[in-house]
Amino acid sequence: MSRSFRAETVKLVRRPASWLLLAITLVLSLIFTYVFPYAGLAGAADGPNTDRALPALLPDQLVGNSLGGLPVFLGSILLILGVLTVGGEYGWGTWKTVLTQGPTRLEVYAGKLLALAAAALAVVLAVFAVGAVASVLIASAEAQPVTWPTAGDLLTGIGAGWLIATMWAMLGAVLAVALRAVALPVGLGLVWMLAVQNLLAAIAAPLVDWVAKAQEGLPGPNAGSLAAALGAPGDTPGVAATVGGGQAAVVVAAYLVGFAVVGAVLLRRRDIG
Amino acid sequence: MNLPVQTEGLTKRYGGLTAVQDLQLTVRAGEVYGFLGPNGAGKTTTLRMLLGLVRPTAGTVRLLGRPPAAGRLTGVGALIEGPAFYPYLSGRDNLRVLARYAGVGADRVALVLDLVDLTDRAGDRYAGYSLGMKQRLGVAAALLKDPRLLILDEPTNGLDPAGMADMRTLIRRLGAAGCTVLVSSHLLGEVEQICDRVGVIARGRLVAEGSVAELRGAAGLRLLADPLDAAAERARELVGAERVRVVDGGLELAVDPDRAAWLNTELVGAGLAVRELRPRERDLEQVFFDLVEKGTADVA
Ligand SMILES: Nc1ncnc2c1ncn2[C@@H]1O[C@H](COP(=O)(O)OP(=O)(O)O)[C@@H](O)[C@H]1O
Ligand SMILES: [Mg+2]
Repeated sequence: MSRSFRAETVKLVRRPASWLLLAITLVLSLIFTYVFPYAGLAGAADGPNTDRALPALLPDQLVGNSLGGLPVFLGSILLILGVLTVGGEYGWGTWKTVLTQGPTRLEVYAGKLLALAAAALAVVLAVFAVGAVASVLIASAEAQPVTWPTAGDLLTGIGAGWLIATMWAMLGAVLAVALRAVALPVGLGLVWMLAVQNLLAAIAAPLVDWVAKAQEGLPGPNAGSLAAALGAPGDTPGVAATVGGGQAAVVVAAYLVGFAVVGAVLLRRRDIG
Repeated sequence: MNLPVQTEGLTKRYGGLTAVQDLQLTVRAGEVYGFLGPNGAGKTTTLRMLLGLVRPTAGTVRLLGRPPAAGRLTGVGALIEGPAFYPYLSGRDNLRVLARYAGVGADRVALVLDLVDLTDRAGDRYAGYSLGMKQRLGVAAALLKDPRLLILDEPTNGLDPAGMADMRTLIRRLGAAGCTVLVSSHLLGEVEQICDRVGVIARGRLVAEGSVAELRGAAGLRLLADPLDAAAERARELVGAERVRVVDGGLELAVDPDRAAWLNTELVGAGLAVRELRPRERDLEQVFFDLVEKGTADVA
């Protein structure tokens, strides 16, 4: 399995699409978390998140600010990464090429999931790093003191971010296995994350009781609750304290495992090609 | 001694379509086995089942003595239904990635690239390869593990005549080196020189199996003589009625071609005008075509 993990890591790292996704992730989180709010503060622009006060942009808010994108926008990008990593083998017909080299399906799949988990950690660390730099720049520009979150808060935040990011990547992986493709799972995954989840939260849940109840069990609202519990700004789409942070972490972890297991079962049972 | 490939009652149905039906396939150690059939006959489906990529509807497979679904494929290299690689990596890096899965070193990568004559272009991105280069990379990947059993599904697809000749030479060389090779093709002529045995599949069933000589059928004589009726009658008296057939305005005699001189003397002695008497070579593609037609007719 460590062979598979290394092979998958090479494929992931050498694939141009991976770097494009990382770049988009960092640019999005930088723009929406820091650039627009700061520009709004300076009175220079009207745009999303321009009404946040200066204290919200400083280094001591790093954890919450770094987690805010993960429930929806950055989560979508990790979902795409998950689909690409697993679905690429269907799209290029390379499952047979890999499997005839000897590894079992589950070894290859486990290698993929581990590589995805590693990539998710790298993405979260990069988001934290970019946020740290941006907040320090803002602090020094505004002559504010630089106070960092405690090491414990930082670790908890990174861990929670990693958990959420990996869960979305696993959703992408299981969709790719279920649909044996790339395009359709990306499309359906994004429709779910960007449209259906928001419609449920904004329109259906306030009107229909059982939808509101069901929401509490869905991956998006739980990821949002976990981010909210760790200080993510409540005006970020998808961030809302629907359930408590501890429960949210358990539910997100359960989805992570569930997606991975369902993908493994499907991949093992079905024909390749 | 375990047989490299052995199937029992192998069957695959896709909905109402039976792609492979009750197939008993045996490949012996050290031989080059040609698996022949027209497009859609079930060759690829069979090979996929051998490798555990596709689950049989019924029947069993033993590959090097083990069921392929039981775990890792060891000792087997395969190219199934066309090459498939990562387009953003070079040919060499594709093989390096595969070498990690296979657990073999980078030295094997250089060696197999050399074997298929791809070293010069190994640094180019796979996406830019011609069909022939892709095919050769596919064969290189199949050889990475230095397999005891090599399964090649139509390996000459997309190759030019020189590339096909190279491929045949490579397969013959691997066979001579003790590797068991199972190679599929839809053209008998393409593999007849390199195969010790061939099996012919039509509509998912094995319709013939044997050496190329056996498939070609016993040698015989072709006779043109006047008058034909009288010649046929005399020939039946001479060699036995069951050995004489009237075909295309002439006679086909299922006898040893060495008896041509004796036959000629007898026929001329009986007052017949012998216009032609020569050994009968059956055209292999015709043999193949007849077998496939027969197999198809049996099913219909
Ligand atoms: N995944 C599949 N789903 C449905 N039908 C299939 C599938 N794979 C193969 N077939 C059908 O099975 C038959 C045999 O196909 P195949 O094994 O590819 O033939 P060959 O390799 O001899 O050309 C064909 O009729 C083909 O259409
Ligand atoms: Mg085929």
